[in-house]
Amino acid sequence: MLEFSIFIAYTVLGVSLVLIFFRLVLGPSLPDRVVALEMLATLTVGFIAVYTLSSGVTAFLDVAMVLALTAFLAAVGFARLIAKGGSQDGD
Amino acid sequence: MVTELLMEILISFFLLAGVGFIFVAALGLLRMPDLPIRLHATTKAGALGGGLLMIAVGLESFGDVAVAAKAAAIIVFLVLTGPVAAHLIGRAGYFVGVPMWSGTIKDELKGRYDHKTHTLMSPPGLSRTRDEQSD
Repeated sequence: MLEFSIFIAYTVLGVSLVLIFFRLVLGPSLPDRVVALEMLATLTVGFIAVYTLSSGVTAFLDVAMVLALTAFLAAVGFARLIAKGGSQDGD
Repeated sequence: MVTELLMEILISFFLLAGVGFIFVAALGLLRMPDLPIRLHATTKAGALGGGLLMIAVGLESFGDVAVAAKAAAIIVFLVLTGPVAAHLIGRAGYFVGVPMWSGTIKDELKGRYDHKTHTLMSPPGLSRTRDEQSD
């Protein structure tokens, strides 16, 4: 039963990945793409969780922990770039 | 025997619930019309989905306390950093002037942000109490 749940989980996460990718490509403005990138990091954490359950290899949990923090730092940096820098001012 | 089956059912429940919430977040990210509404979809549902998946990992935890501790730490990081990042991105998007959805009814911040200094004016009803506090 757990194997079947893991199969369903991988499938749904894959579909979610495609949806997020569409928003990343379509996104009309830069903040929309940043939101998509952050969601992508959360999705990767979810993938690592499902992989840990399915294989029993727990080494990737450290990667998930670092990824959760790095996604936050990336979001802060992007927000600073959008608000204060970038090319929308013309300089 | 029975406890193993119960644990399997419990882990499957958390797994499928977490994956379902992540799917809802991704669907909202694609289908919602507007930057703040997309943030609303991804921040809450995404963090909840990731947290439920990590609860599933912590329940399984492979006879190792460190795995459960790592899962708990990941939940804490997701819940702590998600709202702050969403607030920063939404604020930056509002400054840049990302267009709102055409069905937006009310924008209470309209005209209250100083776009040069990025400070917020208080609403008119509150200005008197603010003066009294500064005296």
